[in-house]
Formats: sequence, C-alpha cells, structure tokens
Amino acid sequence: MSEPTLPDGVERREIAGEERLATRGEPVYGEPTADGWRAWDPERSKLGGMLELGLETGLTGGETVLYLGAASGTTVSHVADFAGPTYAVEFAPRPARDLLDAAAPRDRLFPLLKDARKPETYAHVVERDVDAVVQDVATRGQAEVAARNARFLADDGRLLLAIKARSEDVTAAPEAVFEGALDRLREAYEIVETRRLDRFHEDHLGVVATPK
Amino acid sequence: MSDTDAGPDASAASDGGEGWFEALPSGATEDTDTESDAAARAAARVREGTAASPADWPVRAVESGFAAGADEYYDRLKAAATRATREAVRERERADDAQLIHAVRAMDDAERTANELAERAVEWAGSLFDEVEPGIEGARAVAAREPESEVERRAVSLAARAAELDDERAELAETIGRTAPAVAPNLSEMAGPELAARLIALAGGLESLAKKPSGTVQVLGAEDALFAHLSGRAPSPKHGIIYTHEYVRGTRPADRGSAARALAGKLTLAARADHYAGERRSQLHADLRERMATIRARADTDEPDAAEADDE
Repeated sequence: MSEPTLPDGVERREIAGEERLATRGEPVYGEPTADGWRAWDPERSKLGGMLELGLETGLTGGETVLYLGAASGTTVSHVADFAGPTYAVEFAPRPARDLLDAAAPRDRLFPLLKDARKPETYAHVVERDVDAVVQDVATRGQAEVAARNARFLADDGRLLLAIKARSEDVTAAPEAVFEGALDRLREAYEIVETRRLDRFHEDHLGVVATPK
Repeated sequence: MSDTDAGPDASAASDGGEGWFEALPSGATEDTDTESDAAARAAARVREGTAASPADWPVRAVESGFAAGADEYYDRLKAAATRATREAVRERERADDAQLIHAVRAMDDAERTANELAERAVEWAGSLFDEVEPGIEGARAVAAREPESEVERRAVSLAARAAELDDERAELAETIGRTAPAVAPNLSEMAGPELAARLIALAGGLESLAKKPSGTVQVLGAEDALFAHLSGRAPSPKHGIIYTHEYVRGTRPADRGSAARALAGKLTLAARADHYAGERRSQLHADLRERMATIRARADTDEPDAAEADDE
C-alpha cells in the first residue's frame, strides 16, 4: 500500500472513525462523508480496490478518462471528482438512470448510453488520446472490449481493467480464464502489472496495461 | 490532459468520421428561438451518430467555430450527452414492466368478459334464431345476422360487443408479444412473451421477480395449492403458471417435477439477467436446452424409480 500512488484529489481521510480512501464531491450512493470528502469503498469499486492495493495506475489527477461499464455511477463519480473530462459509457438503461443523477452535479462527467463493444457508436463523441481507459464490464469477451477501445488511448495512456472470471466462464478455473484474457489483451496492449483483487472482489483480476 | 493542447497535428483530423457537433449550427450565430431545436439536434447526433475512429474533438470544435474554447465545448457536450442519455433511457424504459402488467391483466379481463358476454348473447340468440353455436365463434355468427325486431336487435348487438372484446384481447396479445421482449429479452425468449408477462405480473414487477428464489417462481400462480400444502392438507405443488410451458406440459408426468424445477431455475436467472444487465445471455438458453434433453432422456431409459430421485 504505497501512499505515493494515489492521484491528486484522492486522499486517505478519517471518515466515521476509520481511515478511508476518499474524493471530494457530491455524495452519490449514501456513502459516508466528512468535511466534503466522500468515502470510496474498495469493496464496491474495482478501481477503488486497485488503488487500495497499491497498483501503479498512473493516475495523477486531472486526466481525461474513458470509463466503460459505468453502471449506476458509483466508481465513475469518484473518478470525475479527481479527473478532468470523464466519459461514462453504460449499456443498460436502468443503471444509466442512476448514472444521470450521479453525473448531474459533475460538469465534466458525460453520461453515454452506449454499448462498449461498439466503439464506433461513440467515437464521434469521445475524444482521442485519453489518458486512461477504465473498464469494468461484466460481459463475456472483456479483453475483446478492451482491445476494441484501445483506439481512444494516448500512446502513453493506461488501461485500468478489472476482469471478472465468472463473466467469461463460470465453470473454468479463474486462473485459466485470466490467462486467456491476458493473451487476447497482449495483441493490443503491453501488460504493465496484474494483481488479484480477491481481498475486495472475488475472482477478479486487476490489470494495468499500456497500448502497443 | 488532451483538451486544450493544440499540437501541430491537431487540425490534421482523422478521416474516421464527423464529430457529434459537426453539421450543427454554432451557438453564436443562431437566433434564440431555435436554441431548443439546436439542443434537440445535438442530442440526436450524440445518440445516432457514428465515427470509425475518434479525433481531437475539442480542438476541432474550436477550430470550426462551434465553441469559443475547450470549456464552452465541454459545457455544450455535457448538455447534449445528458439530454441524449435521458431521452434514450426514457425511450428504452417506456416499454417497462408496469405497462406489461397492465397489458396482460387487461388481456385476461377482456378474455373473461368476452366469454361471459358471448355466453349470454348466444343463449339469448338461441331462443330467437335456429342453429346458434356456443362460445365466441357463435357470438360472431349471431353478430353477422340482420335483426328484425327490437329484441333481436339487442341480442345481435350484445353478440357484436362480445366479438369486439375478443378482437381487443387479440390486439392486447399482439402488444404483449412486441413489448415483452423489450422489457425482458431473456425471460421472453425462454418462456414466450405471454408467460413472461404473466410471471412478471404475478411477481408484481420484473425487479421483484428477479429477487425471488427459483422455488417461488416454480409455484407462482399455484398459491392456493401451496397454502393447502403448508397447512398440511395437500402434497406440495410441482408447478404454478409455468405448467403452460411446453417443457413442463410436454414432459411425462413422472418427470414434470424435475422439468418444472429446471425451468424455474433458468427462468429466475433469465429474469435476473434482464433486470440487472438487460442483455441477452445465450449460454442460459443453451444450458436449459441441455438440461431438458437430459430429463426427457429418462423416459427412453425408462426407470420410473429414478425419475424423481435425483435432483441435479
């Protein structure tokens, strides 16, 4: 848990008697707050888990971010708190309704009801050379989704990916699923670091990668 | 940050397509009364536009005069993206489960009332005309007659109402057939639109169906039998409304409990996929087909003792 890896705008704050990851912004999902800081629960957020475990995310604060699989906006609202322009892609209408609420008070968080498997349906909105692509989609073919979205990333940008083993194959061993996904990923990316997120998310692999 | 750095190649835009703001009027030159039209067009472009590859849109927007600077560009993007997403969400949700529940209940009411009215009409008509057939078809035949007296006119008119109500029932069924797959794609594919709508109606909504354990889904619609069982007066029901599914009804009685249990299990997963993810899960359907093939294969080997013995 190396302290320096936290981006600007993400801090460990004492909230409700506990030291917790936090960002500054409007509360979204009933999370505990203190002095304008809102606790970022690593058990509810893959990216929060990656930061808590000390992965080298390369995030420094203020960057442009493409977030795939924004769901109700739990994690992406924290990202928008410390990052610059943040594009939030979500495919299902029900969570997207909550995402709209999370995005409303954040003027550089852009909600998009789009399918992350079809980047051409939002490439006319999302700019190129974003500094980070964050991906948390629970569908089969997660590595394929990441590969297709490599076109948005700057040459020195980072892919921050959480692979959910059960979304690929419920019966196979997670290790085998991760290996297969990483093989596909290597066609478009260079893997910088991988780490199991099991402490917070069972059978998930956190991946940091940079475009080839 | 890539928003304001107008690098040397910033204007050398990729030819992958046009940005969402292109072909839109710039804010500065438009009259105020067309502002809402412009906002609607911008939202439509966000929703419907495509591009093969991204470009440095903020820079291109400023160069083309769409916005004075990156800040103004992002403000306008925020407005357009929010509006586009809100519209798309509303549209996809309008075909929502509450509407489906109304439709399936209205269909049941129309059917029951049509039958009752038809019965009354043909009974009356039977005392006035020769050769009156029973049921809705009988009522349709009566409705086509030329009445020759005051009472005949009333009986024929009543039969016509019954026939119209039956038409309404058919149209409601068609509406359910169109909307159920939009509301619950996996459930509708697995159960058929009508049974999917009935399950959602019995549970009180897609969300509550998604939260029910599969054992409850298995006996939805068999509440009377379930409570008779719970008070010790009857054996436990094997199936509720899902009995209407071919997988249950078309399985030999000895294996129906297994079939109902397998079907209910997958229907529950389908409802959860529909509620929480909203996308098609082909694996789910393949799994059920495989499981049903296994259960039905028991009839070929024909070991009656084994039929109910193993659960999975």
